[in-house]
Amino acid sequence: MRLPASFLMEHGVKRLASIELRRTYSICQVFALFLLGAMTIPADEVVAQSLTDALESLIAADSYPEKQAVAEVISSIDDPRALSALEALLEGRLYTTRGDQSLVIAESVGRGYQIRDFLTDEDLGRVGRRDVARISVNNSLRGVLRQLLATSGLEHDDPRQRRSAVIEIGQSEDLSMIEVLQARRDRESNAAVLRAIDVAEATLKLDSDDTEERLASIVAVSGIVNGYIRTKLTRLSVNENIDPITRQAALDALENIEDKVANYEIVKTVFFGLSLGSILVLAAIGLSVTFGIMGVINMAHGELIMLGAYTTYVVQQVFPNLIDYSLFIALPLAFAVSGLMGVFIERTIIRLLYGRPLETLLATFGVSLILQQSVRSIFTPLNRAVSTPSWMSGSLEIVSGLEITLNRLFILGFSIFVFVILLFVLRRTRFGLQMRAVTQNRQMAKAMGIRTNRVDTLTFGLGAGIAGVAGVALSQLTNVGPNLGQAYIVDSFLVVVFGGVGNIWGTLVSGLTLGVANKLIEPAVGAIMAKIFVLVFIIIFIQRRPRGLFPQKGRAAEA
Amino acid sequence: MVTSIFLNHERGGKALLSVITLGLFVVPFCNLVISPESIFHIPTFTVTLLGKYLCYALLALALDLVWGYVGILSLGHGAFFALGGYAMGMYLMRQIGSRGVYGHPVLPDFMVFLNWDELPWYWYGFNHFWFAVLMVLLVPGFLAFVFGWLAFRSRVSGVYFAIITQALTYALMLAFFRNEMGFGGNNGLTDFKDLLGANLQSDGTRVALFSTSALALVAGYFLCRYIVTSRLGLVLVAIRDAEDRTRFLGYRVDYYKLWIFTLSAIMAGVAGALYVPQVGIINPNEFQPLNSIELVVWVAVGGRGTLYGAALGAGIVNYAKSTFTTLLPEVWLFVLGGLFVLVTVALPKGLAGIVGRIKSLQHG
Repeated sequence: MRLPASFLMEHGVKRLASIELRRTYSICQVFALFLLGAMTIPADEVVAQSLTDALESLIAADSYPEKQAVAEVISSIDDPRALSALEALLEGRLYTTRGDQSLVIAESVGRGYQIRDFLTDEDLGRVGRRDVARISVNNSLRGVLRQLLATSGLEHDDPRQRRSAVIEIGQSEDLSMIEVLQARRDRESNAAVLRAIDVAEATLKLDSDDTEERLASIVAVSGIVNGYIRTKLTRLSVNENIDPITRQAALDALENIEDKVANYEIVKTVFFGLSLGSILVLAAIGLSVTFGIMGVINMAHGELIMLGAYTTYVVQQVFPNLIDYSLFIALPLAFAVSGLMGVFIERTIIRLLYGRPLETLLATFGVSLILQQSVRSIFTPLNRAVSTPSWMSGSLEIVSGLEITLNRLFILGFSIFVFVILLFVLRRTRFGLQMRAVTQNRQMAKAMGIRTNRVDTLTFGLGAGIAGVAGVALSQLTNVGPNLGQAYIVDSFLVVVFGGVGNIWGTLVSGLTLGVANKLIEPAVGAIMAKIFVLVFIIIFIQRRPRGLFPQKGRAAEA
Repeated sequence: MVTSIFLNHERGGKALLSVITLGLFVVPFCNLVISPESIFHIPTFTVTLLGKYLCYALLALALDLVWGYVGILSLGHGAFFALGGYAMGMYLMRQIGSRGVYGHPVLPDFMVFLNWDELPWYWYGFNHFWFAVLMVLLVPGFLAFVFGWLAFRSRVSGVYFAIITQALTYALMLAFFRNEMGFGGNNGLTDFKDLLGANLQSDGTRVALFSTSALALVAGYFLCRYIVTSRLGLVLVAIRDAEDRTRFLGYRVDYYKLWIFTLSAIMAGVAGALYVPQVGIINPNEFQPLNSIELVVWVAVGGRGTLYGAALGAGIVNYAKSTFTTLLPEVWLFVLGGLFVLVTVALPKGLAGIVGRIKSLQHG
């Protein structure tokens, strides 16, 4: 089924967000590698030397206690390969070749093995089953290896890596790890890691046989939203072999967690609502200048937004190496492109139609068709991919179980920034003063020596430029295509009218309100019905209060 | 004669009526009687195309009545057109009976596809033609009445009215796109077989539909002409030119606006109902805000407030659209956009205005 553009947009956005998450992950990895690389370079020779030595003694070791001792030495070596050696040993992938007794990683392929040199990672091709021998491990050695691997994660220099190591230990169901955690706690200084250690310890103790300890740990984890803890608690609450008090405590803790999850859902809904609202505000705020202040119905407003979005696309094509800075380059450019287009439209068309709002509406609609078709002819009708700078991708975890996506957060902040700038221009600059003078009393303003024609042009250019800036922001959330503008035009007019024409505070309030309202209704009735409800609500509202939420008072309202 | 009263000093109207009357005789004759080999033969495709233009002309007439004479710019008239179309489409759907792909005796194909067990209540009665016709008149009329009653009573006018009518048609489009609404979702209603027992594909039915559209246009024209030349028409023009003064003179402005708006919506619904059997499909795209705005351009190009100009504009713009979209599809939006700008900036009275200017030049 084909769906309206706005609906597709929402879903497209979700898909993008998940891609961004994955991207952050890889960027973290690269970052970690970079750090490691930086650390290892000076001591490379020495380290490599000792790692080779240690590995040689591993090959030579012929008893498990001996291997255990060597493994401990290896784990203390400052080299990423040391850890991967232990991992491979634990998983039973570490072999020695029959001939020269060199260390290889082997994967079982058919009847033989595919082997790679461990130290150089060189592919040595396929060998038969008898050409290599596995370095054997027993259960006690496995335990030691696991502990070593987990502990080494705890010693990482990056607190985030330490924290994820702690979380992993918490879910290992290995009670012996409690001591390791306690040892780390004494040396740990990072608050987030300390909190994680407390949680991990309590999580581990959920498996404890000591009733008192278990009860205490249930209380400790009762407020934490985490899938693993939830499963654990559910299992405890239905386990017939456990005393009823503990079971009840687990049930209470679960309920507590469910409550929290519900609260987080509300927070998330409100955030998504504010985010949608900020998009509406961005789309409408330029219009609140041209339509609200000047009274010009500019149906090409959506296309000016589209021009801004395409400017971002072009900037990223021209400077493919500067994706991280592309938005900062695109912002002034988009303001200029859309602003100049606005000035052009005002000079050639709108100027001829002042005082005839319905005709302006039709003429600017014609302009919007021409702009759309131009973009379609130049950039093809297909949607263009605009990349997200790395600093905007990923998400921010406020507490466990409550994450918000960074790009939406940035755009929320950006729309408020644009709003504040606009407010400043209107209230505190000479140009803003002239603008307000012309709106309130054109003849008088003219008599006072204000060049009203020029002010008209510049005001329209300002509104258009803001639309372009909004386009840069929107290019981060929606598909950039020739229909981008159309998707926003109905909405943005409604936002301006709902807020009260001529009142930019009204635009801000009405945009955010409508966004939040939309998202609050959405879970109950679905995305499209929510939109329909909001539209119907506005239609009825405007009929009850034709001048919007915050009507202008006094003489200006009569004009 | 009655017509002479209506058409006093109205050359454009006379010309329009003459052309349609001529068409009423010539088109069926050239399609049904003259053999296909002859150059005078009009293929059925062209007959349907002309029928489509006539429906558009009726729709344009409806808009001109409210915009040209009362000054209410509706950017949602396409919604009334589409609603009339859907009412007719529902009748045609029910006429398919068990001849659908799934062969269900009552349920249309898309409902079987959605695993529905029974017909939704709002589909009842649409197996009767008279009921469908009633709905074609009532549904758009009722919506316009309620919408207009709310809007005009609280004096929503001008640009605000234009914007909320646009929101109305946008909301309806979103609603009709939903499969759960029971109107076929994105695909709409299609695969019609027959109308009142006559096969929709046959030449005879096509010609009959063409003739009905032509008669509907003539009737619509007479109705509008009657209204605008009557005392009522004078009040309407007074409202358009000075709403407050008319109100102070004691006229109930909102009532006048409301009734004319409702009547216009009903005319748009009739146009839609005649349009659907000819094109063979009705889907939610008919509700697109763009369609309603395009409709405003037809009226503006032809000449707002002249009635015959609106019909003429609908024909010319749509002929241009058919030509461009087949020959140079990329250029069409440039042309349409250019028309918007050109007509509003340079030709505020449209083509009818040019005719008037030439005439006044001749008279010196």
